[in-house]
Amino acid sequence: MVVIIKNKELIRVGVLALQGAFREHINCIKKCGADAVEIKFPYQLKEIDGLIIPGGESTTINKLIKKYDFKPYLDEFYKSGKAIYGTCAGLILIAKKVANEDFGLGYIDVEVARNSYGRQIDSFEEYISLGFNGGEKFKAIFIRAPKILSAGPDVDILSEIKDNIILASQGNVLVSTFHPELQDDTRIHEYFLNMIEKS
Amino acid sequence: MEKGTLKLKTGLAEMLKGGVIMDVTTVEQAKIAEEAGAVSVMALERIPADIRAAGGVARMTDPEIILNIMDAVTIPVMAKCRIGHFAEAQILESLGVDYIDESEVLTPADEKYHVNKWNFKVPFVCGATNLGEALRRIGEGAAMIRTKGEPGTGNVVEAVRHMRTIRDEIKKVASLPKEELMAIAKEMGAPYELILNVHESGKLPVVNFSAGGISTPADASLIMQLGADGVFVGSGIFKSENPMKMAKAIVEATTHFKNPEILAKVSRGLGSAMYGMELSKIPKEDLLSVRGW
Repeated sequence: MVVIIKNKELIRVGVLALQGAFREHINCIKKCGADAVEIKFPYQLKEIDGLIIPGGESTTINKLIKKYDFKPYLDEFYKSGKAIYGTCAGLILIAKKVANEDFGLGYIDVEVARNSYGRQIDSFEEYISLGFNGGEKFKAIFIRAPKILSAGPDVDILSEIKDNIILASQGNVLVSTFHPELQDDTRIHEYFLNMIEKS
Repeated sequence: MEKGTLKLKTGLAEMLKGGVIMDVTTVEQAKIAEEAGAVSVMALERIPADIRAAGGVARMTDPEIILNIMDAVTIPVMAKCRIGHFAEAQILESLGVDYIDESEVLTPADEKYHVNKWNFKVPFVCGATNLGEALRRIGEGAAMIRTKGEPGTGNVVEAVRHMRTIRDEIKKVASLPKEELMAIAKEMGAPYELILNVHESGKLPVVNFSAGGISTPADASLIMQLGADGVFVGSGIFKSENPMKMAKAIVEATTHFKNPEILAKVSRGLGSAMYGMELSKIPKEDLLSVRGW
């Protein structure tokens, strides 16, 4: 059962819309019944209950985050305990450490490496189990996906394939190395909405 | 585990949306593009303006150049093969490029047939000037479309024409009663199933970028407002006076395409853009956008 109401109001999720697959996340959230809006400027973070940082090119999104001075506002959003979900590039941007790169906002205690499975011809689809849902397997789409190289003791592992962590959470932060927004299956978005309701 | 599926091919294009793909010919240019915020680079031996100036037969880029560029940047790297030249495409796939552009900018190798893109694991982007052409390419396995524009001219007028044409034809197909779809499929020379898909969804089944003549932040905004998912900038960056500045400005303009204040800010003091050609002065046989069938 998906929860879309918090404090008697419809939950509103913001999707960082600087570059990448932000429209797909908005569609998924709306399909779950909650509201979703594009976030193009830092001041808009005040108007939302949870934030999704989508897939795209992490170098591009990182440069635009810097250019538009998002960091202090994102830090405040994170510290206030509101829920944040990063998919693929979004995970890279909020990880504590990124191999060979100087970005990583540090909201989840993992080290990641970009494009870790190879180039586009090595992108793959795989049926995975969801740690929070004993139901059917979830078809996960991995596109030039990152790997989580290591995770701190406070990180909850929600799914793995071949010892690679692919879905994890810590406190108010959820991350996946794959793209649930490219699927019709909204179970992970529903899980995130439940995180928002509890946050 | 499955690889090379249509979902994975179209998925990478989804990740590039709202971004700028830049033509580069050297490692230095590729690094400038990445630093400026490009989502991908197109590795070329010559940019379209120089291909146009040089004349003769334009072929696939030397693999050495492509591999050097692949080593130099972490963003996806694309490369072009000639229309119908499946051997060039096989070579590019073996190099591990992330996307192949079966491009009219190069001299066509086949006057009748395009590459059967279903035979490949690597995704393809193809040019189109109208909906029928776009759907034929998708029918052949293209996972991404770019409107052609007239490459290497610095003139956005053809890009606008192609974007408007596709947009208008999509609206028309979406509004027609179902019994008229087979006739319009015949008229456009497009697969019926894809016409049906456009009729039901009201959009192209794959991501559609715009290319050919985009050379300022305002051009990028214009074409995004007309419905492009992102832009290819070929000659517009490295034929401008200050490529880094121009590249950064076009990246910001593509993100904030609906915001005139930001567009005004990023357009200031860029130096001169590339020289723009009046299309009516180009002999018909030199037009590139008419290549492809």
